Amino acid sequence: MAEGKFVIEVLKKIGEKIEEQKEYLTELDQPIGDSDHGINLARGFGEVEKKLPTLEDKDLGTIMKTVGMTLVSTVGGASGPLYGSAFMKAGMAWSGKMEITMEEFLEGLDAAVEAVKQRGKATVEEATMLDAMVPALEAMKTAGNGAGDAKSVLEAGCKASWAGAEHTKDLVATKGRASYVGERGLGHQDPGATSFSFMLEVVKDSL
Amino acid sequence: MVGLVIVSHSENLAKSVVEFTSMMAKDAVIAPAGGLEDGSFGTSFERIQSAIESVYSEDGVIVLMDLGSAVMTTEMVLEMMEGPKIAMADCPLVEGAVIASISAVGGKSFEEILQDLDKVREMRKLQ
Repeated sequence: MAEGKFVIEVLKKIGEKIEEQKEYLTELDQPIGDSDHGINLARGFGEVEKKLPTLEDKDLGTIMKTVGMTLVSTVGGASGPLYGSAFMKAGMAWSGKMEITMEEFLEGLDAAVEAVKQRGKATVEEATMLDAMVPALEAMKTAGNGAGDAKSVLEAGCKASWAGAEHTKDLVATKGRASYVGERGLGHQDPGATSFSFMLEVVKDSL
Repeated sequence: MVGLVIVSHSENLAKSVVEFTSMMAKDAVIAPAGGLEDGSFGTSFERIQSAIESVYSEDGVIVLMDLGSAVMTTEMVLEMMEGPKIAMADCPLVEGAVIASISAVGGKSFEEILQDLDKVREMRKLQ
């Protein structure tokens, strides 16, 4: 499904997408958080982009671990340790691999979901990025088992991810800054669930 | 002496808490790790790591954090620095910093200060 060159290309496009959606993500973060999600992620992926040329001949594990470490060091908000842990754990799942299959891609995503749960001490239905990640992963596992091609698996994932992001409007946050806002957060879409959905969309569009 | 680190989203808040502890424990070994390199709000992995290194001795280091990413980023720093005697305290920042600095200057051990900070978590102000 994917080799180093493709993964690096996807990471570059994720950076572009986040930069393009920076204002929107920050706007989503304004009523329920500290208005920095877009700015923080854009800064982090900007730093990631600078490292990409040095990673071209590396295995996928090294690429992802470097990306994770860069995000932890440069994002500055909660999405740093969360996405940082997610990328690093996916990297551990792909350690030494120069190429991954769809099955291995999903194993990496599975590890990423577990990393976010553990780092954020969170689970689904708490209005976090997990409300996009978990349904997306489930949908892709189901689509993958039906031996669908990569594109249709990712299409199923993106659909579930956006539906999950939309669903965060109906949830009262119990984790992170949004939990301080409580019920006033109802009707607002979680920025983390939204940024994850954008990232998955980039993967799909790159196939 | 046990070293202390104050992690906050705000550079000024972290520095002020450190300054505030000098009121009762001016000889404490304590370092701030607040804000991002460009001065904006946030928590910096590098700042936390270098603050820990700056106060580290074999007596250990206790880190006090404000909220959210301060906690998660500190957790990751500790996982990376695996090995040395470093712990996070689960208690209010200002009260914890004052009590920890007094205890550290008073010669209490790493474990004793962590126990003191456990009690800080239960402290009430209006009772």
